[in-house]
Amino acid sequence: MTIAAALEIALAVLVLGMAAWTIAARETFAAVVGFVAYGLLLALVWVRLDAVDVALTEAAIGGLSGILLVGAAARLRASETPAVAESPDGMLRVGAAVLATIVAAALAAGVLALPDPAPALAPAVAANIAATGLGNPVTSVLMAFRAMDTLLEKVVLLLALVGVWSLAPDRVWGGRPGPRHQADPLGVLAFLARLLPPVGIVVGIYIFWVGADHPGGAFQGGTILAAMWLLVMTAGLTDAPPVRLRWLRLVLIAGPAVFLVVGLAGLWLGDGFLSYPVAYAKLLIVTIEVAMTLTIAVTLGLLLAGAPERSA
Amino acid sequence: MMSATTAFGLCAAVAVGLGLYGLIANPQPLRKILAFNLLGSGVFLFFGVVARRGAAAAFGGDPVPQALVITGIVVAFSATALAVALLLRLFEATGSATLRDSMKRASTGAGSDPTDP
Repeated sequence: MTIAAALEIALAVLVLGMAAWTIAARETFAAVVGFVAYGLLLALVWVRLDAVDVALTEAAIGGLSGILLVGAAARLRASETPAVAESPDGMLRVGAAVLATIVAAALAAGVLALPDPAPALAPAVAANIAATGLGNPVTSVLMAFRAMDTLLEKVVLLLALVGVWSLAPDRVWGGRPGPRHQADPLGVLAFLARLLPPVGIVVGIYIFWVGADHPGGAFQGGTILAAMWLLVMTAGLTDAPPVRLRWLRLVLIAGPAVFLVVGLAGLWLGDGFLSYPVAYAKLLIVTIEVAMTLTIAVTLGLLLAGAPERSA
Repeated sequence: MMSATTAFGLCAAVAVGLGLYGLIANPQPLRKILAFNLLGSGVFLFFGVVARRGAAAAFGGDPVPQALVITGIVVAFSATALAVALLLRLFEATGSATLRDSMKRASTGAGSDPTDP
């Protein structure tokens, strides 16, 4: 066994250890921290599986999930004790363990029985990637070959945000999300919130731009931009905007709207819905991605900020 | 000898099992959300293993399942954010965040929103 293989198996064991901790930890807060560590280790697994685009997504989203879940765990701490009292009895636990073992064993058998050689769409992508003008096969799948998935995914993000906003009580309808954050203006958080965003914004835009030909893309870049915005909001340097603002809503629909317009234009310029004329394919894809990066950054930032809680 | 890709595949299977167990056995709703995400990440990892095995045409992995996983991660995150917001609203409105007493609360009329005048 080579050193690389030994390290990979050690990584798999570590990932499972964190997964078990996430389920077994007594305190919800500890479980959340375990889950964040699990996500970061999983990003390493994605690198080892030669899926660097997925690794970037996992790492970026893992960070945002951490902010979301740690915040929720802190706010729900008072409900912890009564909820633990409702733990299911021994019989149900044993039943759940048996069911989980059966499902895991069936999946493991499936992994071991996967056909060899494996069926793949990689040759089909390689044969057609030139038509998209892109060099990154994953971006070409996301933006061209399965563009419908990506369009609908953006709509799902928007629907989730509408769902979160709809939880606002009547008196703060359309108001500012979440509590106003206060932090020491001379403290470490405020310092980092001034130092990191210029770098983070450049990195976010770079990751989006380079995604055309190398690992990266609109989603990964937009997530980093959202993280920078959240950092500035958490440090109390700026407040979350009221969600009723017209410009905010225009930015939120810009990504799916541009995608949809280009897709519909394909009906008479190209071969059908979401098909790009070959000469302009890359230009159109990058145009969609610019709008999407902006929309993703604002959508994710507002999703994490939560439901409106203040009318001001 | 077992390849690293197979090891990650088995890892995915166990993660799904652990997530399923936690979804049923952990009583706190936030823990159920965590467990469901664990289950989902196992499914994504399974896809990643299929993608790695499908490496061809000078690509390190089949880009189609990889792209589907990216879409899946985004959708899972949106659903998680919505679920957490629902949970926080439930806690704010009722002062508790458990699943068991929801029927009782509704029948005593305490399910209405005390934060609304």
